[in-house]
Amino acid sequence: MTALLELEDVEARYGPVHVLHGISLAVAEGSVVTVLGPNGAGKTTTLRAVSGTVRRSGSIRFAGRSLQRVGPDGAARLGIAHVPEGRGTFSELTVSENLRLGAYTRRGSIQPELERVFSYFPFLSERRRQQAGTLSGGEQQMLALARAFVLRPRLLLLDEPSLGLAPVLVAELFRIVRELNEKEGLTVLVVEQNAHLALQAADAGYVLEAGRVVLSGSSAELRADDSIRRSYLGY
Amino acid sequence: MRTQIPALASLLVVAAVLCVLPFILSDYNIYLAAQVGVFFVAVLGLNILTGYTGQISIGHGAFMAIGGYTTAVMSRDHHTNLVVTMLMALAICFVVGLIVGLPALRFSGVYLALVTFALAVSIPFIPLQYSTFLGGVGGVTSSEEVSNLWIYVAAWTCSALGFVLAWLLLRGRLGRAFRAIRDSEIAAVASGVELPVYKTLAFGISAAYAGVAGSLFVLATNGFANPDEFGVFLSLELLIGAAIAGLGSLWGILAGAAFVGLLPQVSNSVPVIGHNQGRDVVFGAAVILVMLVLPDGFAGLVARLRRLARA
Amino acid sequence: MASAESSAIAGLRRRGALDAGTATVWLVLLGAAIFLLIGCLRSTAFAGYTIQGLALGSVYGSLALALVLVYRATHVINFAQGELAMLTTYIAYQLMQWGLSYWVAFAATLAIAFALGTLLQVTLIRPVQHRSVIAVVIVTVGLFILIDGIVNWIWGADFKVLQSPFGFASFDVGGVAIPHKDVWVIGVVLVSVLLVWGLFRFTKVGLGMRAAALRPAAAALVGVRVDSMLAIGWGLAAVLGAVAGLMAEPFQFSLSPTFMQPILVYAFAAAVLGGLESPAGALVGGLAIGVTLTLIVGYVPQIGAELQTPFAFAVLLLVLLVKPTGLFGRREVRRV
Repeated sequence: MTALLELEDVEARYGPVHVLHGISLAVAEGSVVTVLGPNGAGKTTTLRAVSGTVRRSGSIRFAGRSLQRVGPDGAARLGIAHVPEGRGTFSELTVSENLRLGAYTRRGSIQPELERVFSYFPFLSERRRQQAGTLSGGEQQMLALARAFVLRPRLLLLDEPSLGLAPVLVAELFRIVRELNEKEGLTVLVVEQNAHLALQAADAGYVLEAGRVVLSGSSAELRADDSIRRSYLGY
Repeated sequence: MRTQIPALASLLVVAAVLCVLPFILSDYNIYLAAQVGVFFVAVLGLNILTGYTGQISIGHGAFMAIGGYTTAVMSRDHHTNLVVTMLMALAICFVVGLIVGLPALRFSGVYLALVTFALAVSIPFIPLQYSTFLGGVGGVTSSEEVSNLWIYVAAWTCSALGFVLAWLLLRGRLGRAFRAIRDSEIAAVASGVELPVYKTLAFGISAAYAGVAGSLFVLATNGFANPDEFGVFLSLELLIGAAIAGLGSLWGILAGAAFVGLLPQVSNSVPVIGHNQGRDVVFGAAVILVMLVLPDGFAGLVARLRRLARA
Repeated sequence: MASAESSAIAGLRRRGALDAGTATVWLVLLGAAIFLLIGCLRSTAFAGYTIQGLALGSVYGSLALALVLVYRATHVINFAQGELAMLTTYIAYQLMQWGLSYWVAFAATLAIAFALGTLLQVTLIRPVQHRSVIAVVIVTVGLFILIDGIVNWIWGADFKVLQSPFGFASFDVGGVAIPHKDVWVIGVVLVSVLLVWGLFRFTKVGLGMRAAALRPAAAALVGVRVDSMLAIGWGLAAVLGAVAGLMAEPFQFSLSPTFMQPILVYAFAAAVLGGLESPAGALVGGLAIGVTLTLIVGYVPQIGAELQTPFAFAVLLLVLLVKPTGLFGRREVRRV
């Protein structure tokens, strides 16, 4: 399978602070890939490099096309949906408006997408007119995911979806992600702290440390190796 | 404003030039140089407030008004010695500044700018309403008039005194407290800086400077104080002067004072645009340009040049 | 995840529309409205003042709304908003001098205002936006002076007359003379505000603008061109300002370059009174200030017309001291 997303020697910095020191990874189309590693390893920055939210250099190719000059709004137009840390939902807007924003770059009716979204997340349909900020944390995470899906993206970037969620909700979330991947063919790049869950849902993984890739492989490989599990994945 | 050999040298250069100027300039140009001196005092004061404690005031023209009217009224009604009226202006404005500074504590940034702006627009209406005492539209004229040379000497003496005073204040505890407040109020409080005291003090001090400048300003215009002169534009000009000056460099404040004191006068003679109208167009455009190009004001430029020189 | 509450109040609370503070404010406003109504019924003079106050207040509210629009989007107070409104009013005057009828000139002026607003944002504000607050303030102040200079240069400071079609006649409603002018002004402002509101609520662009104002980073991620949204915001603000200027004209007896300056102060007071981030607050604040000022000038001779501006300043100060977030504002949360 061809790689939908390819990063080669990507460096990124916040002002004078360099966070990524040459990351290379590839995400095959139709797969779920996870990025793991300790805090501060540069996982979130990697996603931000893809969506153009941070200053970066190096080669980033999406569907064969360079993202060098593409900023976040451009990335969205190309079909990259980024669900950031903290979800990026608009608490002051209603659920319905949040979803409509997901389709901002699309023309025409979004009814079919909304129907699909409501089939995956039925509670959203009931809460359509509610302010997003009044939803619980787990519900907001689902909303963020739903909004990303309304874009009909080719690539979904998920940043720490399990943060602040009860375990049962996290499991549910990953189940839905897996379902979206299998049924809708959505390619997913997910950054996660919870390596165990992430590797169960993913096809392949990369482990980052201090801004570099230290390990990569299929999720089966990563899970199987005991020493790897203990030293890098913490379990 | 730290003492380094280069800074001391520039001080001496400026002082020397100022001493020589009255002998080589025409009377009208002495008047212009005096104007710059007047604005130097006011901009210096405002710079202490804005540059050092980060509080934006678009209302310092009001303090100039208070100072100016004090001088005019005291001179007209009681024939008080002019220098004494200036001291009175200083004291009154210091107190009023403290009073204004107190509620100003609760506002920050945008809100403070709004309040002081509203103050600046409102102040000219007060002499209009209380015209018996404060002269109304006709204004108040002092009983004495002084020559341009007198203003020149008075203005630059006050500037020198003010500069030295500011330097002394700012290198000590007060300055450190002010700088701490500007950089981060939260951190300042955490290190034990009593925010209310210092912020209010900054307001009082800057108001006092503005008051003295106001006295000089009125004296420079034949001792005539009237509401038109102290309209909102004056406050705007002061803020512009302080912003162009940037943060506390001597050259910066000179540049700011010169910009505000000279440009309006000089642009009167801009050809195409004609008499009074030209002044505002040129001034406004110049302000915008400077801010686009030099957001840190002249002090930023000076700092950049210094870094280049060292490299 | 099923919701168990079903009562209407709980529903409102969930939608974040009701809390103790807001409820009190609505009650106070209701009380004030009742007071005004009773006064109008009992005294024709009172009614006359109230109507005029509402008309003037809608003008102040329109300018206040422009200020709030810009502030919500960019966290900048445009000190030149009033002068911009003044400029567009002069442009309308000039168009009429060139033979256009009032309403055609009106429409053309609004279009020109929109263009001017977006142009200013792109050329002057965008470059200094991310620098210090003071840099942006100075740029708007410089703009204030520049516009004033330009108007003085092109048209001069002498008084001009801009003929509005509203005339000087009045409706007679139960003994109260309601000037046509007042009704027209309120009507025009109302329509303009409703159109702008509609734009924000129901269109995609409006949604994008709201998102860009709330959380620019998140908005960019869904594909909103944040910079363009800010420019459009300034354009709309300029349009609202133009409406304010044109509707203020019938109350001045002539056109002069300084006519918007006191109105800017009233608009500041109104915006702060309503809460700088609240459009509804700006309008209500404007109406409140308009009515209060007119009633006070009418009934309290000691406070002459000259003291209106200092009075507005006092209101501004009072609000900031007592409830800085204004009537409808919520406590500001620092969004990271």
